[in-house]
Amino acid sequence: MLARNWPVMLLTAALMIGLVLPLATKASPPGFYIEVLLGGLMAGVLYSLVAMGFALIFKASGVFNFAQGAMVLFAALAVARLAEQMPLAVAVVLAFAIMVVLAWLIERLVLRPLVNQEGVALLMATLGVTYFLDGFGQTLWGSDIYKIELGIAKEPVMILDNVFQGGILVNKEDFAAALVAALLVTALSVFFQKTSTGRALRAVADDHQAAQSIGIPLNRIWVIVWSIAGLVALVAGIMWGAKLGVQFSVSQVALKALPVVILGGFTSVNGAILGGLIIGVGEKMAEVFLGPVMVKMFDLAGGGIENWFAYVLALLFLLVRPEGLFGEKHIDRV
Amino acid sequence: MQQSELPEGRLHEAARSGRVGEPILAIEGVSLSFGGVRALSGVSFDVREHEIRAIIGPNGAGKSSMLNVINGVYHPQEGTIRYLGRTYRDMDSHEVAQSGIARTFQNLALFKGMTVLENIMTGRNLKMRSNLLAQALRIGPALREEVEHRAVVENIIDFLEIQAYRKTPVGRLPYGLQKRVDLARALAMEPKVLLLDEPMAGMNLEEKQDMCRFILDVNDEFGTTIVLIEHDMGVVMDISDRLVVLDYGKKIGDGTPDEVRANQAVIDAYLGVSH
Repeated sequence: MLARNWPVMLLTAALMIGLVLPLATKASPPGFYIEVLLGGLMAGVLYSLVAMGFALIFKASGVFNFAQGAMVLFAALAVARLAEQMPLAVAVVLAFAIMVVLAWLIERLVLRPLVNQEGVALLMATLGVTYFLDGFGQTLWGSDIYKIELGIAKEPVMILDNVFQGGILVNKEDFAAALVAALLVTALSVFFQKTSTGRALRAVADDHQAAQSIGIPLNRIWVIVWSIAGLVALVAGIMWGAKLGVQFSVSQVALKALPVVILGGFTSVNGAILGGLIIGVGEKMAEVFLGPVMVKMFDLAGGGIENWFAYVLALLFLLVRPEGLFGEKHIDRV
Repeated sequence: MQQSELPEGRLHEAARSGRVGEPILAIEGVSLSFGGVRALSGVSFDVREHEIRAIIGPNGAGKSSMLNVINGVYHPQEGTIRYLGRTYRDMDSHEVAQSGIARTFQNLALFKGMTVLENIMTGRNLKMRSNLLAQALRIGPALREEVEHRAVVENIIDFLEIQAYRKTPVGRLPYGLQKRVDLARALAMEPKVLLLDEPMAGMNLEEKQDMCRFILDVNDEFGTTIVLIEHDMGVVMDISDRLVVLDYGKKIGDGTPDEVRANQAVIDAYLGVSH
C-alpha cells in the first residue's frame, strides 16, 4: 500500500516542505508570511466555489459543465446591473431566481434532448451554453466593467500588530467572503446528508436507473442540481465582482477551477474545496517565495509562477493520482 | 433442468392458495422493438394480487424487456399495461415507482457511495413529506417522520437478516448480501407489486435458498404481489404460483408449474428440437 503510493507521498511531502520552508529559513518575517498565506486562502475560496459548481453537476449528471465560468459571469452581471436599480439584497434574490430559470431552461433544452448520449456530446453542449451565456449576458446586461458594492470597507486593517513586527494587513471584504463561502459549504453538506432531496441527489449521482426505480424523477433532480450550481456561481460571481469588478475575464476563472477539480477529484465536493485552497495557497506562496529564488538561480526576466503553478500541479497529480484526492477510483469488474 | 432444493416446510401452495385475489396487473398485447429487432411481440398475461408470478424463457427470450416495459424503462410500440384500473404505455420509471411498483436489478444497481442503511432509506424517499428546512435542522415533524421511516427500515433490515451491515458501504459487501440490500431498498417502498430481475443470478446454492425463503416470506407476510424473472427453472417451479414462458419475444406457455412442465412447446424451447 505504502510502496504503491510513494509518488503521492513524495508530492505531498514536497508541497509541505515548500509551505514551511520560507518560515524555517527565515526568508520571510512571520507577519508577511501569514499575509501571503491568507491571501492565498482567500483566492483559494473563490477557486473552491467555482470548482464546487463543476463537482456538483459532474456528480449528479455525469456532465462536465464547461459553462460554469460563464454562469459565474452571468450571475455577477445580473447582480451588478440589477443592483443599480434596487437594493443589493433584492438584486441578489432576483439574480438567484434568474439562475433557477436558467437551470430549468438548460435541463429542458439541452440535457433532456441529449439524455443517454455520450459524455463528449454533453460536454460540447455545455461548451455551446458557455458561448451563448457569454454573448447573451453581454447583450442583456452590457459589456462594460461594472461594480458590485457590498458596503464593506475596502481598506485593509492592521491586526495582531503587537504579536508580529509590522502586524498583518487583512481585507475585511476577504474575510466576509470566506465566511459566506464557509456558510454555503456547511449548508450544502447538511442539505446533502440530512434531507430527503439531498439523499435523492446522491442517489441520482450513483445510479440513474436505480434512482428512477425508487421514484426519483431525474429531470427535477437535474434542475435542482443546476440551480445549486447557479447559486454557487452567484456567490462566486458576487465575491469576484466585488474584488475585481464584473468584466468578461471573470468567466476565465473557470479555467483556474479546472486544475482544482483535477486535484480534488471530479466527483467530490470536499475535494473541490480542499483543492481550491491548496491551489490558492500554493500559487501565492510559489509566486512570492519561489519566484525570486528561481529568477536568481536561472537568471530569468521575471517570475509569473502564479499563472502556471496550478496547471503544473494538476499535471503532476494526473500522473500520480489521476482520480484526484477524493475522487472515486473506478474499478471495472469484468 | 436443474433442481435446487428448498428449505423444508416451504411448500407453499396449500398454505397460500386462499389468498390469491383478482388480477391487479395486466399486460395486453405488448410489442416492443429496437430498430429492426423485435424484442416482444403481442405478449399478454395478467398478474393476480398476492401471487408469485414468474416469467421464464431461454436467453434472449425477452424476459428483461418485459420487466422493463412494466417498470417504464422501455415504452412499447403497441399494447398497454393495466394496473389498478389505470392504463398506461409510456409512463416514466419514476411514475411507475410512485404508483407502487418496485423492482430489483439483475446487475446490481445500488448506490455505491452510501451505506446499507442509507441505501434502504432512499426507498422511503417518496414517503417523506416534511419540508427541506425542517429536515435539515431535524426539528419537529421532520424528526418524528425520520424516526418513523427509520423504524420501518429497521424492520426490513431484521427481516432480511442484514443487521450486522447497517453502516457498511454497500460496495464492500459480498454479492449475495448486496442482492439482499437491493431487495431491502425495494421493500422499503412498501410496494404493491415487486418486480425481481433474476434475484438468484450468480448465487451459490445456499444464497439461493436464502433468497427463496425471503421471497416467499415477503409474499406471505407483507402480501406483496411478486413478478420475477429467473433462469433457474427448478427454483422457479418451486416458488411460483403461475408462470409465463417466453421464447423469441412470444408467449409460448402460461399456467401453473405443472401445466408448464407438461407443455410441449416449452420443453422444445428449453431442450431444443430439430425442425
